[in-house]
Amino acid sequence: MIVTPQKARFTEPLRLTSGAVLPEFEIAYETYGELNAARSNAVLICHALNASHHVAGTYANDPDNVGWWDNMVGPGKPLDTDRFFVIGNNYIGSCFGSTGPTSPNPATGKPWGADFPVVTVEDWVAAQARLADHLGIERFAAVMGGSLGAMQALQWALSYPARVRNSIVIAATPRLSAQNIAFNEVARQAIMTDPDFHGGHYYEKGVVPVRGLRIARMIGHITYLSDDAMMEKFGRVLRRVTPGFDFNIDFEIESYLRHQGDKFSTYFDANTYLRITKALDYYDPAADFGGDLSKSFARAQADFLVISFTSDWRFSSARSREIVRALLDNRRVVSYLENDAPQGHDAFLMDDPRYFAALRAYFGNIAL
Amino acid sequence: MTEAETIARWISPGSRVLDLGCGDGKLLRHLWLTRQAPGYGVEIDDAKAIACIHNDVNVLQLDLEDGLAAFADSSFDYVILSETLQAIHRQEPLMKEMLRVGREAIVSFPNFGYWKARIQIALAGHMPVSKELPYQWYDTPNVHHCTLVDFEALCDKLGFKVLERLVLTDAQPVFLLPNLFGSLAVYRVSA
Repeated sequence: MIVTPQKARFTEPLRLTSGAVLPEFEIAYETYGELNAARSNAVLICHALNASHHVAGTYANDPDNVGWWDNMVGPGKPLDTDRFFVIGNNYIGSCFGSTGPTSPNPATGKPWGADFPVVTVEDWVAAQARLADHLGIERFAAVMGGSLGAMQALQWALSYPARVRNSIVIAATPRLSAQNIAFNEVARQAIMTDPDFHGGHYYEKGVVPVRGLRIARMIGHITYLSDDAMMEKFGRVLRRVTPGFDFNIDFEIESYLRHQGDKFSTYFDANTYLRITKALDYYDPAADFGGDLSKSFARAQADFLVISFTSDWRFSSARSREIVRALLDNRRVVSYLENDAPQGHDAFLMDDPRYFAALRAYFGNIAL
Repeated sequence: MTEAETIARWISPGSRVLDLGCGDGKLLRHLWLTRQAPGYGVEIDDAKAIACIHNDVNVLQLDLEDGLAAFADSSFDYVILSETLQAIHRQEPLMKEMLRVGREAIVSFPNFGYWKARIQIALAGHMPVSKELPYQWYDTPNVHHCTLVDFEALCDKLGFKVLERLVLTDAQPVFLLPNLFGSLAVYRVSA
């Protein structure tokens, strides 16, 4: 499947949760399949921390660049693009094409950099609603995402209850725990204390806070994998014949983390990383309801599919069960699956046959 | 008369139903189609839970042994435990949970006092293996078998009222010596 990324431009200002206003913005997106005449088969995919609008397929000029959820989305796949019109989008504040810190600030003509406002999950969803309007989609057959993407799928059902028929919430949490926030803060500190960060104004200095980004990514990666998966994959295998008794790489896992950190720091923007982790930290749909998630979900009208992975300790199954409980309290139509795939948080990206069979069956029952 | 027909007759149209150990969701589907009773199933098995999704039945993949913490007090009219009681490790807390969450509980189980089971133990001297109890003793999900007498004694102990009872053999109601001639018991109880 060859796809072409597109951009939509929105010139009406977007008022953000923080009170700041984005005077104008662009959203990068891709579409797969065809919108039917009734416009009833659209599915919005929301991505997690470091992914993009490139959900499935490849580019004509870059055949090795396969979309991040290509195993899930495509012709004959669990989310079948022969039947559904699927939209991948890059949220605002990101660094893959939608307006973010690396984009020009219309007021100055220079990149926003540190001046780009902090955005929230609610802001992302509001911006995505503009994209839906632009594409002529009044109501989505489904909004779907994993991890941070799942927060968006959930928020869609709360921000625009009438515009979502099904909300598919995978490897989610209704709000971050203190431990989750703690990991994010360590990542942010790694970036902000990098001498090349310059208070976020590093573009004009021609440098990148590479060290901070590397460490942020290494910390993140640890939380994406289960202890068992990491042991299975790397064990205590040494990279050299005998221990060096120095501080070069001894263990395979050290090499892996450094490699992941190096790779990440070449393509990801530090200002974006700070903002995304803040969006995660702030997200709490129960905050305006005295902490009562059930009250917060009262306005939802969608049907829900919630899936968690028992090896996920970042957003554990217990956190998904909080979502399920709040949906049951509101008598929503909901199914909940607890999958015991071993990979940890990242399991939502893997093609576990039971996970895929469940999604295939669920999408198969969505009437168009 | 099948067990599903019995249960469908007992529940009033439109009531809210929770089916514990719901398998592929067949009973819930039946209750929805015949009584317009919306509900949820609880099923631990992967393949069965996926079958529920395929059958368009709400399913929650939870372990009954962990209790029913996902469900609020009195949030259902009926909580059903169909041919699953014998596979539960701790019946007492689960029975209490069922009547915390539901107004009434409907429980069915294979009657271990059925004459064929008794004969296999008493005369042949081995654990019963039959249509109703198809497992060898060393390879069975069942852990606590009981008879009608045993179950009613448990209800007594827990202070639960038996509101209705139907005993079946080969889908026929049994009225004569049900603890001897009935292979499947279906009870409706309340707190």
